[in-house]
Amino acid sequence: MRKLYLWLPLALFAFFAGLAAYMLTQEKDQFVESAMIGQPLPAFALEPAFDGLPGAAKADFTGKPKLLNIWASWCLPCIAEAPHLEALKRSGVEIIGIAIRDKPADVANFLARHGNPYTRIGSDRISEVQLAIGSSGVPETFVIDAKGMIRYQHIGDVGADDVPTLLAELEKAK
Amino acid sequence: MIRWMIAALLALIALPLAVPVLGQDSMPPAPYAYNQLDDPRLEAEAAALMQTLRCLKCQSQSIADSDAPMAGDMRHQVRARILAGESPEAIRGWLIARYGDYVSYEPAVSSTTWPLFATPVLVILIVVGVLVRRLGKRRDDDAEAKA
Amino acid sequence: MIAEIGLAALWLAAALAVLQMVSGAASLRAAPGESNPLAIYARPAAVVQAFLAVLAFLLLLRAFAVTDLSLKLVATNSHSMKPFIYKLTGTWGNHEGSMLLWVGVLAASGGLLAAFEKRLPERTMGATLAVQGFVALGFYAFLLLSSNPFERLPIPAVEGNGLNPLLQDIGLAIHPPTLYAGYVGLSVAFSLAMGALMTSEVNPAFARVMRPWVLGAWVLLTLGITAGSYWAYYELGWGGWWFWDPVENASLMPWLAATALMHSVSVLAARDALRTWTIMLGVLAFSMSMLGTFLVRSGVLTSVHAFAVDPERGAFILALLGLYIGGAFTIFALCAGAVAEGKRFAVTSREGALVFNNVMLSAILAIVLLGTLYPLLTEAFNVRVSVGPPYFNPAGAIFAIPMLLVMAVGPLLRWKSDSPKRIQFELMLIAALVIGAIALVSFFGRFPLLPLLGLGLAAGLAVAAFLPLRGRNLKRVPVATWGMVVAHFGIAVSLFGMACEGAFSEERLAAVAPGGTEQIGGFAVTLEAVTPIAGPNWTAMEARLAVRQDGGEPVFLTPQARSFWSPPQSTSESALLTRWNGQLYAVIGNQAEDGRWQIRIWWKPFVTFIWYGGLLVGLGGILSIVGRMRVDLKRRSASAKGAQRRADIEALGVAAPQPAE
Repeated sequence: MRKLYLWLPLALFAFFAGLAAYMLTQEKDQFVESAMIGQPLPAFALEPAFDGLPGAAKADFTGKPKLLNIWASWCLPCIAEAPHLEALKRSGVEIIGIAIRDKPADVANFLARHGNPYTRIGSDRISEVQLAIGSSGVPETFVIDAKGMIRYQHIGDVGADDVPTLLAELEKAK
Repeated sequence: MIRWMIAALLALIALPLAVPVLGQDSMPPAPYAYNQLDDPRLEAEAAALMQTLRCLKCQSQSIADSDAPMAGDMRHQVRARILAGESPEAIRGWLIARYGDYVSYEPAVSSTTWPLFATPVLVILIVVGVLVRRLGKRRDDDAEAKA
Repeated sequence: MIAEIGLAALWLAAALAVLQMVSGAASLRAAPGESNPLAIYARPAAVVQAFLAVLAFLLLLRAFAVTDLSLKLVATNSHSMKPFIYKLTGTWGNHEGSMLLWVGVLAASGGLLAAFEKRLPERTMGATLAVQGFVALGFYAFLLLSSNPFERLPIPAVEGNGLNPLLQDIGLAIHPPTLYAGYVGLSVAFSLAMGALMTSEVNPAFARVMRPWVLGAWVLLTLGITAGSYWAYYELGWGGWWFWDPVENASLMPWLAATALMHSVSVLAARDALRTWTIMLGVLAFSMSMLGTFLVRSGVLTSVHAFAVDPERGAFILALLGLYIGGAFTIFALCAGAVAEGKRFAVTSREGALVFNNVMLSAILAIVLLGTLYPLLTEAFNVRVSVGPPYFNPAGAIFAIPMLLVMAVGPLLRWKSDSPKRIQFELMLIAALVIGAIALVSFFGRFPLLPLLGLGLAAGLAVAAFLPLRGRNLKRVPVATWGMVVAHFGIAVSLFGMACEGAFSEERLAAVAPGGTEQIGGFAVTLEAVTPIAGPNWTAMEARLAVRQDGGEPVFLTPQARSFWSPPQSTSESALLTRWNGQLYAVIGNQAEDGRWQIRIWWKPFVTFIWYGGLLVGLGGILSIVGRMRVDLKRRSASAKGAQRRADIEALGVAAPQPAE
């Protein structure tokens, strides 16, 4: 009994080894999720990102659940998600974009080349709104309900598989 | 250091699958991303806070140690808010409300972090215990040994 | 053909490791006084294995030297047009090559141990070599089964993929091999500890055998960490020298354990105390180096120095870790109870101070380990937290400050038992220095608490380090004692550098137009021009900064913002101006739209002392090794002469004289 403490190192080590083994089997999650889900969208009013569309503000998220898409013309995965955003638009979803650290000419160029699924695009030149809603990269897509509450966050580019998920989340947010 | 360089080296061959390839924007950095506040006292407050905030786009770096554009934008937020009179802890709280505890290198006592603070206390107790055991009882032993 | 020879050498070496293991284990089964016939193979197996493993490494080195593009490893990591020196260092600038370096050093140290160590009882030596063979076997398996460095390409590549230009740094030549050799030295200490534990030979003779390995490993770790810290400092471009990053912690933890082990093995050698504790630390030190390898290779933690991570290889290392460390702790739990308690000592004695130091070092180790692994623990529950400097600094200081205070006093105490009264004067002096320094600094301004305490402690320690020499004839002080003095002084120097950096650093970030001047720390820094320049595989914008001190002659600094094109990557090449009392650190950033350039300048007073201190600590360790070796050789030649005389006397038919003891 007196020497029971000699087993302590082994016990501690076994705990660590078990934990490490478990973590090795887990997919390493690179994403930082927003802690703002279920919170109201912070107030913001952004200037138009280019001449073609109006800017974006919190006040635009009324009437029905909408998507808030954080993107940029310099972001390569944003090209990949463009057709799927287009598909969402065809399903009657209203997508409001926020262009991060972007120039009007680049935005116009991108939309001319890859299509324009947006009804409004605000220009966030210093990632202010991005930080305010807890987004940590481009592209990210948020579901905002009619009361301006953040309901769901999709991190990374929207793929074909994600379209039904987003539609369902929009439905849920009604 | 070396590890980081080896990573860069192997990124050539293996990593494009793992990490989305991001382009670079050509925008100038936010006003306070690379510029200090004029008031040295406020700047010191901001600098101390920035050292303890995590750059979310980087691998284990504080926003004060990173050239990532997003780190620059976060530095701008910190300096601008300090200038507007917010306290550093309020800014930290604002960021934690958005990104969770992950964004702060300074863990606060909470339901998920209490062992970080309980363990040092436990270690102190163990240390005292071990020292008393190893050193404290020697006198008695010596006495016994002599007896 | 050459590569096939290398591969064959590795397989042979693995087979010999099996032989070494079996033969070594056989010596354990021999009856007392007899020797098992199988046991004679362990030593030769270790020696030949060392030759084979080193040969394999040299062959890979050759393949890199001549850029043998039929090897996959060379083709993916090298390039025929690379400077020769970087072709060579590129050998260990990748996973497979660095693991081969690891087993090469491991086998070489096993060979040295087997060839030259004759002081231990044969049974203990057999057990030690068996453990060493077992450890080596695991790494051979790792190398051969999952990371074969000699893999051929079906069709030789036309040209290599090239080495990332970032890797072409002298830091790569020094930092990893040094750390690796340190880790491996700890593996020998581990084998010896297990051998002694299994054969119940935990005694001063064993400690004297173990000590040079521990000291050597500790010196290498010290120098490796020092070099790595300086490398990160000038390479990452933000002036930081320690980030409490997982990879850094992974190298710090073995150092902490090795530091404790080194002190405890000294107590065991000199006083036959702390037996179980020394064994425990021997296991702990090696487990920390394996844990470090696991953490950085598996990618379970995120690091700024993150590198080629591979969960599968991580799993292999974890399995080895479980096998060796789990096994070692099990044997420890079973056998340690049988180790008799060592000699006793009073609280106020050299041993008492060393125990205190050991316990504090272990506590710091526990804190660093907890802080490093905690994010891993919470991620298992899908919660992400960050643990950084605001946690490590104060939590570590709780234990480091008392440890440093006792460290100042400990070397002044006598072994076994001493009275504090005897060293009254020294105690008062140290206390006065610590308090005086803190008071003096506080007089000049408000500084953060920890750097302030650091300055006080550094002042006290710097003087205290030399107090053991007081009243002694300096010519007759043993070299090993000089080693201790220098190492302790090095800690004070390093601490002084850290505290100054923390308390007095100045930072200047500004957008500067060419011709503009910024003031920092008594320097006037003028941006004279920014010019584009081109290197072999990069282009850069180079700033020409004229630095004037008190209106004197300017010194020029040329920081660069480099863009490499293969792979596309930008780096900041910082420019450093080193003065005796600090460093000016300059970095150039991007150009703003109005044409001004982003310049970052730091004045870091006495920051260089951090690394000077590290070098001094390493030097102290080397002095200790030299001192111990000299004493050891003298003792050996003396006992050899004695044996010779006895043999002569016996040959003369005279009755042998009674032994003096």
